[in-house]
Amino acid sequence: MNTKTVKNDLISKVASKNALLLATVGLMGAVLSGCGDDDNNNAAVSMTDYEVRVLNLTHAQPLSPLAVLVHDAGYHGWTIGEAASASLEVLAEGGDNSSFIASATGVQASGSGAGVVLPGNSESVTISVSGAAMYLTSATMLVNTNDAFAGVTGIDLSNLAIGDQQMLYLPVYDAGTEGNGEMAGTIPGPADGGEGFNAVRDDVNFVARHPGVVSHQDGYAESVLEAAHKFDAPVAMLTVTRLN
Amino acid sequence: MKIHTLLKKTAAYSALPLVLAVASTSATAQTIDVKITNLTQGIYFTPLLVSAHASSANLFSVGESASSALQAMAEGGDISGLVTTVSSVGGVSAENPAAGLLAPASSTMVSGLDTGSNDRLSIVAMLLPTNDGFVGLDSWEIPQTAGTYTVYLNGYDAGTEANDEIVNGGGMSGVPGIPANPGANGGENGTGVTTTESNQMIHIHRGNIGDTDATGGISDLDSRIHRWLNPVAKVTITVK
Repeated sequence: MNTKTVKNDLISKVASKNALLLATVGLMGAVLSGCGDDDNNNAAVSMTDYEVRVLNLTHAQPLSPLAVLVHDAGYHGWTIGEAASASLEVLAEGGDNSSFIASATGVQASGSGAGVVLPGNSESVTISVSGAAMYLTSATMLVNTNDAFAGVTGIDLSNLAIGDQQMLYLPVYDAGTEGNGEMAGTIPGPADGGEGFNAVRDDVNFVARHPGVVSHQDGYAESVLEAAHKFDAPVAMLTVTRLN
Repeated sequence: MKIHTLLKKTAAYSALPLVLAVASTSATAQTIDVKITNLTQGIYFTPLLVSAHASSANLFSVGESASSALQAMAEGGDISGLVTTVSSVGGVSAENPAAGLLAPASSTMVSGLDTGSNDRLSIVAMLLPTNDGFVGLDSWEIPQTAGTYTVYLNGYDAGTEANDEIVNGGGMSGVPGIPANPGANGGENGTGVTTTESNQMIHIHRGNIGDTDATGGISDLDSRIHRWLNPVAKVTITVK
């Protein structure tokens, strides 16, 4: 399901060669049965499978295991200008997505990446949704930061046809729950090996786009980070493929 | 309508010989204008390559290692290898439309590019001063419908050279250093920001760091001048 096509607009939809071969087979079946609708309507229980693949586009920011949620319209993983949920704070400060996944509401299906995704690497999570999927939320921490995370929330999947892919360049957010002090002992990733989650909120207490990290080479002598840990957006690419 | 769309997409992508035959007879030659604007305040683009090619080829792909031809472009601004690559797969290229460097906040235009049977557009140029940064558009699908389309481009790191930020004329592949600082507005005698490149796949460039020491410090670049944030270019494509 690997595709060579990378669109440079923020959100784009393409169809991969392999996926289209699958779609063609499905289409032939539909034609033979005299039905022009390619939706899954021929079985009592129809499961729709989606593959969500994250590609780390940073230079030196490993990404924590990806959280994947498919849910109804009422749920949002976060809202700009509003305080992060306790579970998002846990994810953004320490990379643990279990509470973020468990505490979501209106969930149709969920999944987690198996491990950390290193720069230049990718990992896929496949989830099965009963019936037609509605909205996607996905999040991952940039672990060499205090509380930066990348993700999307409330992406409409309902128009994704069988075999189609939606590619999303991920922006980077600041959870607003921990000041970006970059001090030794406060960053859980390999740049520091410090503390992850801490329930104390000593920052602006609202979610916003991340301002980036400074690093000690940029004149912030106390920072434990190096110039290598800097990043610009987008920090990752998310490829969502409807498999059936 | 949906069936028609699926068949059309399949014709464009599938490797099946039968379908390929359909694609070859249904391919539509397009004539396009491509306007490229350097959106940065202090970064130059080396000679641009604007290529139309089939979906089977890429100049670069994020998350994959750079080809030697892409490396030559990203480290030294040499697009000749990529031109050869495009030609070898039946693509067409417009080379160096700005007749040299495209300065910050400047635009250039490719007029009347006949795409032939090629349905993808790619654009690359090195970012100066960087070690192996480049601006890129990878395989943008050229619309079948006449109109004007806008795409914003990011700055990428080829992953082939450590971002030491030392301006030493090193523009050949594998040679450390930055080939030139066109603005002549940086420093010298920098000790080097780093000697390693930990992500050797093509990725989003983290930016220059620079410093404010004109005669030393870690970098020959100026942190007040030689930074940028994405997007770094605006491309307007007119399909005629």
